[in-house]
Amino acid sequence: MIAPSGIRVASLALGAVLVTAGCTSMYEVPIDTPIQAKLDVTPFSRVHVVGFISGGSEDVDANMETVRLLRSQLRTKSKLRVIEADPLPLQQVARDQANGPAPAAGNGGAAPVAAGMAFPTRIADEKDLEPFEALFANAAYWKKIGEEFQQPLIVTGTVMFRPHQASGIVTQEREVYDNFGRRTVVPMRVYMERKGYILRPKLVFIDGRTGSVLYQESYREERLYPSQQNVPALSSFFEQMDAVLPSFLNTLSTTRVRGSRVLLK
Amino acid sequence: MTNFRSGMCALALVLCASAVASADEQARKTAQSQVEFGIAVAQKNLWQEAVFRWERAAEIDPTYAAAFNNLGIAYEQLGKFEQAGKAYEKALELEPQNLSIQQNYDLFKEINDRAKRNSGR
Repeated sequence: MIAPSGIRVASLALGAVLVTAGCTSMYEVPIDTPIQAKLDVTPFSRVHVVGFISGGSEDVDANMETVRLLRSQLRTKSKLRVIEADPLPLQQVARDQANGPAPAAGNGGAAPVAAGMAFPTRIADEKDLEPFEALFANAAYWKKIGEEFQQPLIVTGTVMFRPHQASGIVTQEREVYDNFGRRTVVPMRVYMERKGYILRPKLVFIDGRTGSVLYQESYREERLYPSQQNVPALSSFFEQMDAVLPSFLNTLSTTRVRGSRVLLK
Repeated sequence: MTNFRSGMCALALVLCASAVASADEQARKTAQSQVEFGIAVAQKNLWQEAVFRWERAAEIDPTYAAAFNNLGIAYEQLGKFEQAGKAYEKALELEPQNLSIQQNYDLFKEINDRAKRNSGR
């Protein structure tokens, strides 16, 4: 795992201290600190990323992309066996559960949830996701899914990925040359119109044996680019997911943070 | 006679003091050799052995900040955050102005906060 930027900066400062000290009684050593997983996954041998209720930009299928990305990460960075099955149509499942007293076919005989709630036809923002939230608390439904797949750890949740625009004053670094041709870099405040995307995934971890929620975590990422720069939605999506992944993986497995320290004599 | 006695007393005191000082020096020397050996093995990634050496050094000379600083690092590497915190704090207590110890401790605290957030879920 890559060390967070704060740690990297501090490591550089540490190096500077060493250089300035110029002392032979100090020894910089690399260390690999283990950070324990947030969740005890020892009862599980398999993990099933069943899918997400997603919305926002139509340029990216946030559900499919998240499923694909998380599964590929889990395959290489977790000891759990990843179940390869088609993602569940969770939006439809939530609607079916809310609409009828009798569970819809394929819903696994679960009890209806969020009965009478109005579901938006299109999920455009975070508020539209609210009616779907009740699905994650439907233990009977998740237990049934768990039984189908030999009681794995179930990963699901919501993913909102939507375009965002902002304009205002930003600080930029500009090169300035004086009369003698000497170059300096000065911070300058400029007005700028920027556009980009906001990513808000909420990951829910469910016990496939009982159907109950074990742990859930929400994230918020935002990337803004100068309006002249045409950044594809998918590339921004992966850029932002990249920031979320270390924490996601640390939920299921111990990660190691690389750094360096100074031994003294 | 009185002068002779007080002279003898003073001499005894000086001898005593120098004996204590040399015992301290001896302790520091022994502790230092343990610390050096610990550094050599830590650089080869043998952290358990390094812990053993630095713990001995800290026992032999409990005023030796470097031994506690190094112990903090080794405990951190082994994921023993509570012990690491105590070792760094002891090192800082002994040498509050030491920038290297402070820097190590600051980096440790950042990691420790993250580990605490995980276990607190």
